[in-house]
Formats: sequence, structure tokens, C-alpha cells
Amino acid sequence: MTGYAITLSSPLARALLGIVALAVALFLIVPVLVIVPLSFSSGSFLSFPPPGFSLRWYQQLFSRSDWMDSAWLSIWIACLVALLSTVLGTAASFGLVRGKFPGQRLLVAFILSPLIIPGIIVAIAVYFFYARLQLVGSPIAIAVAHTALAVPFVVVNVSASLHGFDKRLEMAAQNLGAGAFDTFRLVILPSIRPGVIAGALFAFITSFDELIVALFIAGPSQVTLPLRMWESMRSSLEPTLAAVSTLAVVASVSLFLCASWLQRRAQAGAGRMVREGA
Amino acid sequence: MTIRSRHGLLVLPLLAFLIIAYLAPVALMLARTVGESFGFEPLRQVIASPVAVKVFLYTLETAVWVTLITLVLAYPLAFFIATARSLTASLLMAVVLIPFWTSILIRSYAWMVLLGRKGIINELLISVGLLSQPLKLLNTGFAVYIGMVHVLLPFMILPILASLKGIDGRLVAAAENLGAGPVSVFRHVILPLSMPGVLAGTVLVFVLALGFYITPALLGGPSDMTISMLIAQEVDLYRWDVGAAMAALLLVMTLVALLGFSRFVSLDKILGGTK
Repeated sequence: MTGYAITLSSPLARALLGIVALAVALFLIVPVLVIVPLSFSSGSFLSFPPPGFSLRWYQQLFSRSDWMDSAWLSIWIACLVALLSTVLGTAASFGLVRGKFPGQRLLVAFILSPLIIPGIIVAIAVYFFYARLQLVGSPIAIAVAHTALAVPFVVVNVSASLHGFDKRLEMAAQNLGAGAFDTFRLVILPSIRPGVIAGALFAFITSFDELIVALFIAGPSQVTLPLRMWESMRSSLEPTLAAVSTLAVVASVSLFLCASWLQRRAQAGAGRMVREGA
Repeated sequence: MTIRSRHGLLVLPLLAFLIIAYLAPVALMLARTVGESFGFEPLRQVIASPVAVKVFLYTLETAVWVTLITLVLAYPLAFFIATARSLTASLLMAVVLIPFWTSILIRSYAWMVLLGRKGIINELLISVGLLSQPLKLLNTGFAVYIGMVHVLLPFMILPILASLKGIDGRLVAAAENLGAGPVSVFRHVILPLSMPGVLAGTVLVFVLALGFYITPALLGGPSDMTISMLIAQEVDLYRWDVGAAMAALLLVMTLVALLGFSRFVSLDKILGGTK
């Protein structure tokens, strides 16, 4: 950043650009927002505008045990994924930022590769593997597979906050007699905590929203929420879906807002600690 | 052993985990491509199948068009955000990020609701009197393009915006002072300086588009089958080796695209664009 942002001096160019930008912005946001009024519709079809306001689809959602079971299953798996990928990812970020060893760039590319490799490849690979080990249909097996997909987000976030961490604080702690574990617990962890939590939130959402892997390795009694939605979309498009979707959008937007707020804090974190300590 | 190299050991738990949970399954799956008599029969079967060839070409063609459409739509919005006042810019960032943060499944559902036979768009057009009969919009190639462009736009907007924001505004002012009109300022100053973002976004979108499954499965018709959908179908029919061979080809296509582009843009930059 230079502090000198580019500006458009021609008003005509500015107006034309504004019109195109507005059209693209509407294309992006309208489909997401349109679900919200539908979920409060009193009609039993997806007619727009809704004939009247009601909470019947939410009531139905919360009273139906199949949807609630799926929601709890997804939350449970996502918590496990967040925990597992935060522990493994935080340790690995330390190794990657602080350590120096041959093949480091290749290792980073390998750890980040699930972000870019088509989901179907991971899904069928894991399916074949689990089928041989007779692990298909276990929620923990789903969590393990999701962790591989979620861990890159932890590594990216924690590495970023470690890069921003002032190493002099660590040296000072060690000079004052703190051991490696105490230095980590009392000095490093507090200042990288926002990055760690942001990574955990991203990991949670990655698992909570994941469909393709679950499609192959979930058994008939482990229907995660995305799986239940997928089945419903392929058959009936019931308005309950609009209610689930609205809740899911609200949940993931709030989690992401927390995560990106923490990310920004993580980047500013280390410098501020030094100033406040001085 | 020095302290620095001992720190490196902290990578081991994750490495061990990923080898068991990710690398070994993928490697074993790829090994199926070789076939039972080591003659690469599954791979030959895929290449000899007209259906598979058609699906591969359809997927490639779709990925190319979706990438181009996404680029054409993303650049103006990114440019507008980069030059807007801070309040407008924050509002538009929310408009880009909220769909980005919404799952692909829910966004596909939204398009099903909008494009369906009794969907919002058809109902609106009929009630205004522009249509007498509902149009078939859902389960067409058109719906697949719309859905994919919608999912992929933020992946293009964010890297372009990042590189536009990095441009020193004084360069633009200098070009204008030297008599350059708006078109030539854009062509000779802004566009070249934003190319790293354009390239990063293009690679990312193209590679992600190659692997699409959920959106085309929900929005497309019978002829809109992507490689990922065909692989899933083969696996469902218990033709695992053929499915694995297709997955191997898809992986090779993905890696070739990534490495081909990495001559122009670093992989770190591409991956930096994801979330």
C-alpha cells in the first residue's frame, strides 16, 4: 500500500463503471438475500413475493428430528475438525515459520494442496481407502477426512500471525528464565491467539459446509446437514430448505466476521503488545 | 542439532496425519489407474470412451468460458471498489464477501429457486407481461454458467482488487498530467500494473472450475455433465478403477494448469487468494 489510491478523473468513465459494478454487485448479493423472505413465507410453495409472514418453516425445522439430528451431527463433526486441525496446524506453522529444512516449499505446497485439488478426487480416494478399512459410516472418519481439507486455513492464519510476532519478546522471556513451554504458553500463545482462533473458525466452517466427501463416506445413519439439504434439493425443494439456508447463512457470515476481525487483530497484534509493554 | 532445525520437527505430527489421511488414499487411488495386469486398462478404457471424451471436453470448454465471463465481470467491480470512497467500498466488499462465505450448496439452492419453472424470475416476467409461458431456465447449460460464475466471482475479484489497491495513485496522476486520456491511462498504466492480480485470479478460477460438481449437478440438465459428476457416477456403478483413472486425468489437468501458469504468477500468490 502506498497511501495514494488510484482515482478516476473522468466523470463519464466513473458513471459507466459504476453502472457495471452495481449490476455485478446485485448479481452477487440478490440470490443470497432472496432466500430470507422465502423462509418467512406463509405459503407452502416458493412463491414470490410471499403471500404472508409466518414462522411455520422454522417451527417445522425445529420440530423435525431428522433435520435436528443432522444439524447436531454436523456441529459435532465440525468441532472435532476445528480441534484437530488447530492443534496439528498450529504446531506445523511453528515448524514452518521457525524451522529451516530442505523441501520446505514443497511441504507447504503439499499442506495447502487440498484448497485447490478438486473435491471429488479427495472424496473418492478417501472412500476407497475407508471401504478397505471398513470405516465408511463413522462420524470420526468423516472428521478425519475433513481435517485434511480444513488444516490449510489454520496453517495460513497461524503462520501469518507468527510472522508478525516480535521475536525479541520470546528472547526476553527466555533470558528471564522461562523454559520453552512457559515461553509458548505465557508469551507466544497470547499474542498469536487471534490467528489461532481465526484458523479454528475457518476449519469449523469448512467442515460444516462440506458435502462431496460426506456424500461418499457417510453411512445412512450419518446424514450431515449439507447431505440432508442435498437430498432435499434433489427431491422436493421444500420451503424448510429456505429456513435452514437462512440460518446457515447467518451462522457462517457471523463466524466469518469474527474470523476476519480476529485476522486483522492478529496482524496488528504483536506490534501493539510491544508498544503497550514499553 | 540447532534450535532452528529442532523447531522444524513440529511439522511432523501434521505431516504424519496428512500422509495417512490424505496422501496414502490419493496415492492408492491413483495406483488403480495401472490396472490389474499393469497395462493401464482403466486409463485406456477412459480414453477410448466417447462419452468420457465428450465430458472432458465439455468440462474444459465450460471452465474456459466461465473463467472469461468471470474476468469480464470481476474487473469493473474490483476497479470500482478500488477507486470508491471508503463507505461505498466497505459496503461493496460486504456484497462480495457474503456470497463468498455462503456455502456452494446454499447458493445453488438460491439459483434453483430463482430459475425454476415456477421460480421467481419466471413469475416476475409473467406478471409484468413480458412472458406468457414460463421459460426453461433451470436444468440448462445457461443455469450451470450462471451458478458457476456466481460461485467463482469472489475468487477473481479479491486478487484483482488486491493488486489494484497496490498501485501508486501518483503514477496515474503523473500519466494524466503528461496528457494521457482515461483510456490510455487505463491501457498503459493501470492494466499492466494489475496484471499479477488478473493472472492469479484467472488461474484460481480456471482450476477450481475444472473440478465443479455440486453446481452443475443441481442446476444442469442431462447433457451438462462435468468430469467430477462422471467420476461420481462411475464410482456409484462400482467401476472404481475407471473412476480412479478419470480422477487421475483430472488431477493431471489441474496440475498442468497450475504449473503452466506458475511461470507467470507464483503459487503462493494464487493460494493467497483463497479465503
